[in-house]
Amino acid sequence: MTTLFYVFAALAVGSAALCILQRSPVSAALWLVSTMFSLAVIYVLLGAQFIAAIQVLVYAGAVMVLFLFVIMLLNLGHASSDMRGPSALAAAVVIVGLLSIELVALWRYTPARLAQEISQAPAGLTDPSAIFMGGQIAQEEAAARGIVGGIAVPLFQQYLVPFEITSILLLAAIVGAVVLAKRKV
Amino acid sequence: MLLGPVLGLSAILFSIGVAGVLLRRNVIIVFMCVELMLNAVNLTFVAFSQLYGASGYIMVFFVMTVAAAEAAVGLALVIALFRHRETVSPDAFTSLKW
Repeated sequence: MTTLFYVFAALAVGSAALCILQRSPVSAALWLVSTMFSLAVIYVLLGAQFIAAIQVLVYAGAVMVLFLFVIMLLNLGHASSDMRGPSALAAAVVIVGLLSIELVALWRYTPARLAQEISQAPAGLTDPSAIFMGGQIAQEEAAARGIVGGIAVPLFQQYLVPFEITSILLLAAIVGAVVLAKRKV
Repeated sequence: MLLGPVLGLSAILFSIGVAGVLLRRNVIIVFMCVELMLNAVNLTFVAFSQLYGASGYIMVFFVMTVAAAEAAVGLALVIALFRHRETVSPDAFTSLKW
């Protein structure tokens, strides 16, 4: 399982790098689809099968088809270099370098270290094992209610109001997209 | 438990997305890089869900909804701007620049 994770992690990083380096927007979009499929596999390895399914359906399916649709609608498929000049490249190297140094430090995190840091917080939680019960909460919930049920129960109880607000957001997005893309209102 | 390596992968993907936003001069590819960053954050949520339970999955669900809405409105904006100037380079739209 760990080997499989590293294979698909390498695939995701390689596809993402090719995505930002491709000249043609169509190949960039297709490499991004490849990244999203690799991430879906990693979600399955992490025990989040439902998230993997909606990742393939919503991201690799709907959103990327929308991107390809717009690229072809605007006839942007020609390969023309649109990379920025050397000054922007230098700025990007510095910013991305600092950001990755900051973020890659997360690599050293383990559940044990996280529990230890939380137990040393000023709030004073004494027993780390009370917070992280061996890191198996997701598996226990999946065993109790099934994979989809483990998401559905909190979604429709604890998070019901945000869920309903999401529907208003989607309605606003539909109206906005139609108004913006229409030739004459 | 793959917490550390998954967080590292998420960090690398996020950095690649930032590099794409800073380097490309095509609004559509900049949008794709924003989607890549959102995916990297989703990976972090899923990784931490193993410890905290289903709340992280629900955040991923909301992030995906917002990303879909953002893609729809953003691409409609790109179409409207392209109709106006016949280009997708962000450098061409400077009317609001001070």
